[in-house]
Amino acid sequence: MLKVSLYRYNPETDQEPYMQEVELDTAGKDLMVLDVLELLKGSDPSLAYRRSCREGVCGSDGMNINGKNGLACITPISEALKNGKGGNKLVLRPLPGLPVIRDLVIDMSLFYKQYEKIKPFLLNDTPAPAIERLQSPEEREKLDGLYECILCACCSTACPSFWWNPDRFIGPSGLLQAYRFLADSRDTATEERLSDLDDPFSVFRCHGIQNCVNVCPKGLNPTKAIGHIRNMLLSRAT
Amino acid sequence: MVSSVTNLGRSGLSDWLVQRVSGVVLLAYMLVVGFYLLCSGSELTYAQWSGYFDSTFMRVFSTAAVLSIVAHAWIGLWSVSTDYLTERMMGGRGTVLRLAFQAASAVVLFTYLVWGIQILWS
Repeated sequence: MLKVSLYRYNPETDQEPYMQEVELDTAGKDLMVLDVLELLKGSDPSLAYRRSCREGVCGSDGMNINGKNGLACITPISEALKNGKGGNKLVLRPLPGLPVIRDLVIDMSLFYKQYEKIKPFLLNDTPAPAIERLQSPEEREKLDGLYECILCACCSTACPSFWWNPDRFIGPSGLLQAYRFLADSRDTATEERLSDLDDPFSVFRCHGIQNCVNVCPKGLNPTKAIGHIRNMLLSRAT
Repeated sequence: MVSSVTNLGRSGLSDWLVQRVSGVVLLAYMLVVGFYLLCSGSELTYAQWSGYFDSTFMRVFSTAAVLSIVAHAWIGLWSVSTDYLTERMMGGRGTVLRLAFQAASAVVLFTYLVWGIQILWS
């Protein structure tokens, strides 16, 4: 039997959040954490969490699994228990730092607001070519490790700077995307983008502790991207 | 762009650069003074110690170190105050507490700056 500790909170009926202890027969299988939730929801339909693709592509089921943020659909129970926090028990909490709507569902408005700030689309003020804007293989290669972000929010909600200033610090996810457009040869708004980032909060609240790198389910490196943004700001201003 | 009027250099980049440069100055200062102390051993007298700091080089270097401490400390304390003493963390009194903390830090650091320069150059 697998012991599971679940963060539960229904603002309509509960005064405050609590941890619900349940047991589940996994028949000895090393299920994914999302499978565990699906089985538990079968017996308690009031349990709320987000999910969609169930294969690590949509980024819906980001949650805190035994103390570490990750995607429930691609985290096996065995890996979750290896974290060491919780012993042999699977401990599931919502992503930290953002308001909880219900159970494992958080309000991601501030996360999306920061994403919106970096203008996550190509800006190009030159006349559009007849067919498409071309890139060389080398120019395209610069976007590798950046474009793969699925906006699951595991990184930003693992970042203490984002916990303290989610309204002012863009956060690792947004900054990874900011660099994705700064590095794109087809984008001509580099100066405007950098000017928007040169304040004490947007980029410079990153202290390089690399929690984001540690938790990213896609193996991306936001700290490195933030370093590139800093270097661009530095070479522009000195 | 997030606006701020209380950080040291009005831009995130300048604060970041000052923090790094001042850190390097302080490390160099500690190494130079530490090396002198190690070489002097236990026979160091007050006259030798005082004479060491009387040289123009050490006066200039010490002044740079005092300026670095003040700048480094302000950027660090400002960051701490804008992390924890905020409306988000403490409600309406966050702004009052933050400004009071920043004012107290400024008074202490300014005092250390003037006092340090007075000791070094008088």
